[in-house]
Amino acid sequence: MSHAHESLHAASDEVGCAIEFARQTLAVAEADIRKLIRDPIELFTRMVQPVLWLLIFGQVFTRTRAIPTGGIRYLDFMTPGILAQSVLFGAIFYGISLIWERDLGIIQKFLVSPAARSSLVLGRAVSSTVRSLCQMVMVYLLAFLLHVQLRFDPWAVAGVAAAVIFGSAVFSTFSLSAACIVKSRERFMGIGQVLTMPLFFASNAIYPLSLMPSWLRAISKVNPLTYQVDALRRLMIVGGGTAFGVRTDLVVMVFVLALLVALATRLYPNIIT
Amino acid sequence: MTAPNAVETKSLTRRFSALVAVNHLTFSCAHGSIFGLLGPNGAGKSTLIKMLTTLLPPSQGTAVVAGFDIVRDPRAVRRKIGYVSQMLSADGDLTGYENLLISAKLYGISRAERAARIAHGLEFMDLAHVSGKLVKHYSGGMIRRLEIAQSMLHRPQVLFLDEPTVGLDPIAKQAVWQNIRDLRREFGTTILMTTHDMQEADQLCEMVAFMHEGTLAAVGPPAALKSALGPAASLADVFIQYTGASIAEQGDLRDVARTRITSRRLG
Repeated sequence: MSHAHESLHAASDEVGCAIEFARQTLAVAEADIRKLIRDPIELFTRMVQPVLWLLIFGQVFTRTRAIPTGGIRYLDFMTPGILAQSVLFGAIFYGISLIWERDLGIIQKFLVSPAARSSLVLGRAVSSTVRSLCQMVMVYLLAFLLHVQLRFDPWAVAGVAAAVIFGSAVFSTFSLSAACIVKSRERFMGIGQVLTMPLFFASNAIYPLSLMPSWLRAISKVNPLTYQVDALRRLMIVGGGTAFGVRTDLVVMVFVLALLVALATRLYPNIIT
Repeated sequence: MTAPNAVETKSLTRRFSALVAVNHLTFSCAHGSIFGLLGPNGAGKSTLIKMLTTLLPPSQGTAVVAGFDIVRDPRAVRRKIGYVSQMLSADGDLTGYENLLISAKLYGISRAERAARIAHGLEFMDLAHVSGKLVKHYSGGMIRRLEIAQSMLHRPQVLFLDEPTVGLDPIAKQAVWQNIRDLRREFGTTILMTTHDMQEADQLCEMVAFMHEGTLAAVGPPAALKSALGPAASLADVFIQYTGASIAEQGDLRDVARTRITSRRLG
């Protein structure tokens, strides 16, 4: 009896801890999301790039028919890649807000609170995913206007949202880790610039893996963006193919996310030293 | 299991490669006291505060803060302390109320208690009338009072204030001093603060410690330290006596830049 009681007690303790953890994670995200709601202009400026890629690059390359797309229009083929790109570009510079808030003294306040370091990291990832989901809605709208053949069945849309969420969490957490290492805004901007284009071009975002030379394909296969695009292409577009299978794509992203959260949690306190 | 003192350090040491910022420091700070930490920039005050608030692990030695060991149980320490850094930690793009709300959630204050604690904090710090305004439109004194309200939401046993009135005009300073005294009276909070302001240390602190090159050069009540030097001695004289530094000539470029940035933001 007392054993059952004790284990019940332990279980309720664990549930309590989990609720506390979730609450702290959401509090970190809430601070950021309140600011975003007050000043949503960045959501619109971030749409400039996908609009240019789809409207100009996409329209021109659709005419060339030089890229093997598995039987779909090139514009349709690249749309998931451009969604992934806009998620990547939004998330990869996310770490700069950490450096900025460190300079203001806000991070010190978070670090002396009893909130777990991992909840501080995950909270940032959550607010990054909220931004990315807004971008997802806008890319869908743009693609619809360009007559891209979109899938609208609920499971497919939910899958796209999941791929966007994991991708955004992966790259924002990666960015956070980088910020904790370089610690200064100038160096961080340099690193961000150096990373984004290679990540984008060494992926299947705007051309298939089959077209790549073998060395580039090898790099693409360790690039999380490739798995995100692979899942998005299958789930977003009518007739879109997948190289690895959606399940593998999502498993890879969750695995990479777990690694990065663990890394960022270790590095996070370094930002103030 | 209450420790006799709110803060007790044992041979607390922190090195940064060759530099010994805090050197085998042993001191204690009684429950419910207002304890002032003085000393020139670079004396180790900030490093000491960072260790006591668990932001920086010590290289050697340890401390017990609010009954918990900072090395063995940092998270328990964090539940029991409040901290207002020298920099402005309130978020300028959120309202005063929102700043308090986020803090309350981070400290796991239950939904049932949250509203009452926030309302009380706003009232106590005389900010209720501006709670819906963005903090970037607050005056310097208001921001400081908001930060103290934030750090007190979870009713900490020990509150660390790093130069709480730097950059404030005399009237705003007086208001913050009154708030600090009121906090101690209402909640019995132990307050450990650093300051460069001799008048502040003299008027507010029951105990002051002068830090010099990582060690404590002198500890005692301001009146005792002054009278030990002579009948007309001021706390500034005590400062010079024990730290060998004149108050006007301290701080490197980084210290000065940081203080000026804080002052400008308090503007």
